[in-house]
Amino acid sequence: MLDLRLYMLQRITALIMAPLTLGHIAVMIYAVQGGLSAEEILGRTQGSLFWFLFYGSFVVAVSLHASIGLRVILHETMGLAGRTLSAATLGVAAGLLFMGVQALIAVTWPVSAI
Amino acid sequence: MRPARAHPLWLAFVLHRTSGLALALFLPLHFWVLSLALTQPERLDAFLSFTEQPIVKLAEFGLVFLLAVHMFGGLRLMALEWLPWSAPQKTLAAGAVGIAVLISGTFFLQVV
Amino acid sequence: MLASIPVRLWEHAAGWEAGLTQDTTVLEVSVWRGTALDGAYELFEVPAHENQTILDVVSWIQQYADASLTYRFACRVGMCGSCAMMVNDQPRWTCRTHVKKVLKDRRVRIGPLRNLPVIKDLAVDMDRFFDKWVAAGGAHVPSAGRGDPIPAVDPEESARVKASAGIECINCSICYAACDTVAGNPDYLGPAALQRAWTLLNDAKHDARAQILDAVSGTGGCHNCHSMGSCTVFCPNDLDPMSAIAGLKRETARGFFRRRGG
Repeated sequence: MLDLRLYMLQRITALIMAPLTLGHIAVMIYAVQGGLSAEEILGRTQGSLFWFLFYGSFVVAVSLHASIGLRVILHETMGLAGRTLSAATLGVAAGLLFMGVQALIAVTWPVSAI
Repeated sequence: MRPARAHPLWLAFVLHRTSGLALALFLPLHFWVLSLALTQPERLDAFLSFTEQPIVKLAEFGLVFLLAVHMFGGLRLMALEWLPWSAPQKTLAAGAVGIAVLISGTFFLQVV
Repeated sequence: MLASIPVRLWEHAAGWEAGLTQDTTVLEVSVWRGTALDGAYELFEVPAHENQTILDVVSWIQQYADASLTYRFACRVGMCGSCAMMVNDQPRWTCRTHVKKVLKDRRVRIGPLRNLPVIKDLAVDMDRFFDKWVAAGGAHVPSAGRGDPIPAVDPEESARVKASAGIECINCSICYAACDTVAGNPDYLGPAALQRAWTLLNDAKHDARAQILDAVSGTGGCHNCHSMGSCTVFCPNDLDPMSAIAGLKRETARGFFRRRGG
C-alpha cells in the first residue's frame, strides 16, 4: 500500500515542512497577540513574494503529505484498497491543493492585481 | 483479540496518527476561512472576532499543540529510521526535544 | 528403554489425578474452540501445579478433558517456535510461559495466534507467514559452492554484527501476531520476514543481496511499518525487528537518492 516512492514523498514533504511549521507557529504566536484582524493579517501578507513562496510551498507539501497519511488510515482502518484507494488519495491531494491555492491567492496576492 | 499496547512507542504512534488525522481534517476549514479574505472580507472579520472567545482560544492552543506534537513526532520517526543512533541516544534526544517544547510552549503562552 | 515409557506416562497421569483430589486449587481456563469464523471460548477446569506452563495446561486439557482439542507444539523448550498462542490476548511462546506469570484471579484465556487464519482451535495456518518470508527475499542463496574455500567471517565486523543480531529468530510468528500494521494491512510482509531480509542483506555469505532491497520496496514492503515496536516488545528471544526494519528503510532511502543522482 505504501511503496518506496510514496514513502520518500511522505518523508521529503515532512522535511520541507519542519522549518515551515516552526515559522508558522512563530507567526501564529506573534499574530494572536492583541487579537486577530483581517486587516492586520492581510497587511502583512498581501503582495509579499516571501509569504507567497513560504505558504505556497507549505500548501503543496501539506497536500501531498496529508493525502498520503490519509491513504494509510483509509487502508488500515477502513479497508480501502486498489483503485478506490488511489482515487481517494488523488482526490484528497487535489482537493487540498485546490483549496490551499485559493487561500494562498486570497492571502498573498497583491490587492491591486485583483 | 488485541495484544497489550501500553508501551511508549505504541503510544507515540497513536499520538502521531490522531494528531495527523485531526490536522488533516482541520486543513480544509482553515483554507476555506482564509479564502474568505478575497471573496467576503466582512465574513472573515466576523469569524476572526469569533476567535476571541475563550473556548476558541483553547481550541487554538489545541491546534498549536497538535502541530508541534505531529512535527516532533515525525522528526523522531525520521531520526529513528534514518540516523544509525543507538536506542538510548534516541530516547534521550526525543525526551530532550519534548521537554524543550513543553518549556518554550509554556513560556510563549505566558507571554501571550 | 522403550518399555519404560508407558510406565512413566502412567505414573505421570496418576500424579495428575492425585493432584486433582488433593490440590484444591483449580485453574479456570478459557480455550478457543472452532475456527475464526465459527467458534467460541470454552471453559475448562485444570488442576493447578507449582510448576506449570501454559503448554502444560493445554496438554492436560487435550489428554484428560477433551481429546479433540487441536494445538501445535514440538520441542517444549523454546527452540522450535511452533507453540505460540494468544495468552490473555497477548502473543506468547506457551512452552516458556509460566502459568503464575499470566494468571489473573485463577483465570487464563488461551486463543489462536492473531493475524493468521485459524485452522481449528489453537492451530493457525502459518502458510502466509512463511510465504512472506520468501517474498521478502528470505531464502538463502549461497555465494560459494561446495568446492570453493570457506570464506572467513569476522564476528566483529560491522555488517556481521547487524546480521548476527537477527539470526536467533525461531519463526514463532509472535511478532507477526503482535503487529497492528499487519492487522490493518494484510499485504504487509511483517516484522519476521523483514528482519530476515535485513539479516541476509548484511550476510557476506548470501549471494542475492541486491534483490533484497527491491523485494522489500514493494507495496507490502518495509515502508508500511509505523515503528510502533510491538514486535520488539513481544519477541520472546529479545530480538529487535523494528530496528532491523529501520535499517531496511535507511538502505532503501539511500538507494533511492543514489538512483536519482545517477
